[in-house]
Amino acid sequence: MDSVTPFIVLSSILFTIGAVGVLTRRNAIVVFMCVELMLNASNLALVAFAKQHGDLDGQIAAFFVMVVAAAEVVVGLAIIMTIFRTRRSASVDDASLLKY
Amino acid sequence: MFSMHEGAVPVVDPTTADGIFSLAWLVIALPAAGAAILLIGGAIAPKKFAAFGHVLGTLLPIGSFVLSLAMFLSLLGRDEGDRQVVQHVYDWIDVGGLHAGMDLLYDPLTALFLLLITGVGSLIHVYSIGYMAHDPRRVRFFGYLNLFVAAMLTLVMSENYLGLFLGWEGVGLASYLLIGFWQHKHSAAAAAKKAFVINRVGDMGLSAAIMLAFTTWGSTSFTVISANADGATEKTMTALGLLLLLGACGKSAQVPLQAWLLDAMEGPTPVSALIHAATMVTAGVYLIVRSNFVFDLAPDARTGVIIVATVTLLWGAVIGCAKDDIKKALAGSTMSQIGYMMLGAGLGPAGYAFAIFHLLTHGFFKANMFLGAGSVMHAMDDDVDMRHYGALRTALPVTFLTFSMGYLAIIGFPGFSGFWSKDKIIEVALAENWLVGLCALLGAGITGFYMTRLMLLTYFGEKRWAKDVHPHESPAVMTIPLMVLAALSVLGGLMLAGGWIQDFLSPVVGAEVEHDPPIPALAVTGLAVLIVAIGVSVAIVFVGRRDVPREAPQDVSFVTRAARADVYGDAINDELVVKPGKALTSGLLVFDRSVVDGIFSGGALTVGGVGALVRRAQNGFVRSYALSLLGGVLLVVLALLAVNLA
Repeated sequence: MDSVTPFIVLSSILFTIGAVGVLTRRNAIVVFMCVELMLNASNLALVAFAKQHGDLDGQIAAFFVMVVAAAEVVVGLAIIMTIFRTRRSASVDDASLLKY
Repeated sequence: MFSMHEGAVPVVDPTTADGIFSLAWLVIALPAAGAAILLIGGAIAPKKFAAFGHVLGTLLPIGSFVLSLAMFLSLLGRDEGDRQVVQHVYDWIDVGGLHAGMDLLYDPLTALFLLLITGVGSLIHVYSIGYMAHDPRRVRFFGYLNLFVAAMLTLVMSENYLGLFLGWEGVGLASYLLIGFWQHKHSAAAAAKKAFVINRVGDMGLSAAIMLAFTTWGSTSFTVISANADGATEKTMTALGLLLLLGACGKSAQVPLQAWLLDAMEGPTPVSALIHAATMVTAGVYLIVRSNFVFDLAPDARTGVIIVATVTLLWGAVIGCAKDDIKKALAGSTMSQIGYMMLGAGLGPAGYAFAIFHLLTHGFFKANMFLGAGSVMHAMDDDVDMRHYGALRTALPVTFLTFSMGYLAIIGFPGFSGFWSKDKIIEVALAENWLVGLCALLGAGITGFYMTRLMLLTYFGEKRWAKDVHPHESPAVMTIPLMVLAALSVLGGLMLAGGWIQDFLSPVVGAEVEHDPPIPALAVTGLAVLIVAIGVSVAIVFVGRRDVPREAPQDVSFVTRAARADVYGDAINDELVVKPGKALTSGLLVFDRSVVDGIFSGGALTVGGVGALVRRAQNGFVRSYALSLLGGVLLVVLALLAVNLA
């Protein structure tokens, strides 16, 4: 392909949407989904640059990111489940005990 | 060889010690070893040492005396020009440009001092065996006495100013330990501290002088300095002379550093005799005579010495007139007599030999009188108030006779040792300046007055004893030293016979200078005797003929009140030194509390305040943390862009 620009633009749009979602949504599951969105946006950018360079370094990095994302989801969902069981609420604002 | 620059100062030019002089180090080592053994052993095994400690402590100074006598006789056998020897014991300081060896100089001046210190010192050690017989800490006392003797010997035998300073500080320490020997008495501890602190002021002068000598000549050795004495400017020499004078004032209790001597009488009487009459307080005179190569080139410094000496000899005499404490009266007398010695030393080559002559005779008769006073106190249950004495000449015949020899010597009765020595100083003083000479004559008259008053109150008149006091003569171990010293008080004048002492000391202080008093010498002598006779008669009329009340009367003249208050010496020190010192320390305390502590606690408070502000960012909301994360990431990206595009 000629230019990698469209893919980067798409990647940044997805990243921004994910970031805004993390900052503004109250439900912990939705925040998680937005984090996944940010990770996939960076995957897209990595693969696009790999195609531009003509080697596979970017694609290998994308694999790493996917593995890490999977592991993180496991741990994160486990935490959210535990909090939900004890507090009966999935809102991020309610877990605010660690303050001055 | 003894060499002399053209009309300039006498040069210290010693040959290496050989023969008996190679044992010079032993003179110091014997009492030093004694001090170490008695102080350490007495602490480890007190019961064993209590049996023989005092004997050991006496035998060692006697050993030093025998050695000093042998060296003196050997020195007399040498030619006049060959009488300075030096022994290099070891390399003491070797740092950068400063090389000071532990060098011992033996020349005529040192020889006389060695005989005085070890001779009179040994007699006082013998006396102390009896005087301190009932004291449980007697071994420690002898340890301290030996320490003193070792330090004093280091002072007079050292060939450079640093070794002299070592001995100087050593005697100051020994004086502190011995004045405060009865440490359970608060007055003794306070007196010891006062003596040490006032001496320290003088020591600063001596330290500054040593530093000045080092920067001027690169060495503190007498040999080097006297050889290169003309190399320094007169200003340097004057500064050096005045600093040495300050040091001498501290050690010899001259005005303005005289206030400690009367309080020092809190120590046991043998201490007062040895340290504060015969030897330590004469160290200042030794310093000035030994530094004659400085003073001979600095007439202004010499004027300073004369002024200090004249003021002190009158000051001490006035104090002695109104003291009821026998030891304090003798202390005032010591202050005055050392003023005479300083006057002799300040008068230059004409007076150095006579200053040393008076120093030696004073050592004899003043030690004699102090030991006699100790004998009287021993008989009167340690009471020092002369108003409680009276008519003791029948109860204490030996003490009375020996004390009288000392009395006749100090007032300058013709024929006794004090007559010859004081007379010579008055003659040279009159030749130099009529006012100084008149003050010296006046001082002699006042000396006659207060010493006669002391004799009348103690040995004559009515018995004013307390109820259960039965005076008895002291044991032989105390009276034999008194007899020896009395004999020396009588015969000490022989040193002047045929001008012996001037010739003997000429390698050190220069040849005797002819002096012309304004009236013939015989007339000066007659005048001095007349003035002393007037002083004695005044005492007989005003003290001997009147009744002596047991309590000191309070309605007395201003002069008497001033004399009782040490001519307001303590009051002056309080106003000029103690009050400003206290104000300075309380000011510094306030500064420390408010400023220094304020900075540190203020700093801590500020940090706490800032922390309280910043703490509010920890609000527990995950979303705000995420926002700050995002903010940070943006900053990093911007920075990267800025670097890459720049």
